[in-house]
Amino acid sequence: MSDETGSLTTRMMHEDLIRPVVFTGRRFYLAVALLGLIVLWGLAAWGYQVRTGMGVAGINSPVFWGVYIATYIFFIGISNAGTLISAMLRLSHAGWRHPVTRCAEAITVFALMVGGMFPLIHLGRVWKFYWLIPYPNERGLWPNFHSPLVWDFMAINTYLLGSFVYLYLPMLPDLALIRDRVNGWRRRFYGLLALGWSGTPVEWHRLEKAISILAVVIIPVAISMHSVVAWDFSVALKPMWHSTIFAPYFVVGALFSGIAILIVAMVILRRVFHLEAYLEPIHFNNLGLLLLMFCCLWLYFTFAEYLVTWYGHLPDEMAPFRFRVEGSLAPFFWGMVLMNFVIPVPILAVRKTRTVTGCLVASLSILIGMWLERYLIVVGTLSRPRLEFAWGHYAPTWVEMSILAGTIAYFILLYVLFSKLFPIISIWEFKQGRRLRERRPTRDVPVMADEPFPGVMLDD
Amino acid sequence: MPRWGMVIDLKRCVGCNACTIACKQEHGTPPDIHFARVVTREVGTYPHTKRTFLPLLCNHCEDAPCERVCPTGATYIRPDGIVMVDADKCIGCRACAVACPYLNRHFIEPGLLHAGYSGNGDLTPFERLKFAAFQEGTMTKCTFCAHRVDQGLEPACVVTCPTEARVFGDLDDPNGRLSQLIEERKGWTLLPECGTKPCVYYLDEEERRPSDQ
Repeated sequence: MSDETGSLTTRMMHEDLIRPVVFTGRRFYLAVALLGLIVLWGLAAWGYQVRTGMGVAGINSPVFWGVYIATYIFFIGISNAGTLISAMLRLSHAGWRHPVTRCAEAITVFALMVGGMFPLIHLGRVWKFYWLIPYPNERGLWPNFHSPLVWDFMAINTYLLGSFVYLYLPMLPDLALIRDRVNGWRRRFYGLLALGWSGTPVEWHRLEKAISILAVVIIPVAISMHSVVAWDFSVALKPMWHSTIFAPYFVVGALFSGIAILIVAMVILRRVFHLEAYLEPIHFNNLGLLLLMFCCLWLYFTFAEYLVTWYGHLPDEMAPFRFRVEGSLAPFFWGMVLMNFVIPVPILAVRKTRTVTGCLVASLSILIGMWLERYLIVVGTLSRPRLEFAWGHYAPTWVEMSILAGTIAYFILLYVLFSKLFPIISIWEFKQGRRLRERRPTRDVPVMADEPFPGVMLDD
Repeated sequence: MPRWGMVIDLKRCVGCNACTIACKQEHGTPPDIHFARVVTREVGTYPHTKRTFLPLLCNHCEDAPCERVCPTGATYIRPDGIVMVDADKCIGCRACAVACPYLNRHFIEPGLLHAGYSGNGDLTPFERLKFAAFQEGTMTKCTFCAHRVDQGLEPACVVTCPTEARVFGDLDDPNGRLSQLIEERKGWTLLPECGTKPCVYYLDEEERRPSDQ
């Protein structure tokens, strides 16, 4: 891969990566219009639900949580991955990370923004959601910190703040780079966002320091975030929820679906922005291998979870087990196994099929499979409570499906706008990676010392 | 301070649903919401089968999972053990409904109060009076008729039961009727494995289903 990147001049790189910022194609407007329409449809459905009430959703007794909460876990899952992958790659000094980090971090922020909306969408009185915020008030309200929902609220906001900073900080040098190369309102816009970055050695040093501290801190935050989501379920006394492995199971599933969505995003970016020289087959190969590992980990956790339930054969636990494996949710269950393991593993395991297209197919399959898993967890257990006379059924309504479509479109729209406004590949990190590779350092290089100031780079 | 509890004698219960009706009258709950209800079950395998009735209401657990998970503190336990919902504080997240293993939490779907029992929005004076106590989009539940208990009366389901299958009283009173009944006739609770310590006991041993052991 070094051959190809090695042949990229800095000028070509700037052109390739900054072009989308100044040049707007027809396809961009088309995509925004289409996604915007779907978002509006979802908003209309949500407005209808707020006006008419939760009754228009399919939830009922005993299935009090439905598609909204399943999609919530799904989005929180994919949000978990971006920052975590980027932080792990940074900390392990993975040589191939440079073009991947920013697309991953952006996924985190937007997936979290969209995922965080679902608990609110699902509230009976959404306009009172701020009662979860602990602040002194005349109503004498104070959240109950024993409630996992309050942990959830705290965890989402902490992670959102953390991952936003983690996305924004490494963007500063690139924002300054764009600022120095554009005119008019764009110059003011990027100048404002660049926070006066001038590229002095002190600034580079501080940036590097801040990024490495953040990369360490964000990992426990990300893991605790999804663990808290798992505890929303496992602290309840429900069969097949009340399980000690739920938190790690959720985290593995989160990383699994997160890598998948990262690959999908990278394939699309590569096609749309012609980034073939930056996102090379080696990146897809490496991410594909990571995905393969998570396929196996996911199967291991799922197997452990279901084997113990089946072998123990407790009547209460067997009801949701049967409902999932051979009952009316069986198509979902076997579909999940097919999508999460049977389809992707052969594609990813064979070097010949571990291509860009192969990785895309496997990733799309996994994304569907992981959504099915989240749906199974929520509906599969709630339909089969311990008291058999309370068993029930659930089917999503058009309102729920419209809101689901709207939020997915919203997520894609946010990502499209972001990749339009900002270079989706970190320019300075990419340069840094190239320099490091050219010099083939054997010692652990204090990387920033190698990096000249952006002003100098513009001229070479 | 008493600790209110109830004993339901399944040998006496004839499944007449008088409790369901009395509860509905007392609370005027929105359509389809029944704090007290009676489940009919068939137990055993042919030819050794029988139908049994299981009256249900909130168990007013000492260690109530619904209270623990409520994010805003809308669900609370009174000093006398009655588990209550303060609808003013409820945001409708339904975490309590998911946490309660007995499915005794009810969600007032918005629209229920406007439609009324007839469904056409023509509210009777009774509905107008009773529905004022409920808020759409919030959770509601059996209160053990706290408003009656506070006046020294028994819950509506207890006074109405024609076979006197229900006994209400203080669980902490060692010589009280409840303690005696539970001890003599081996009272049991629903889903003891959940560790919720219900305050509603059932009699007697023979009526217990296998998984209630």
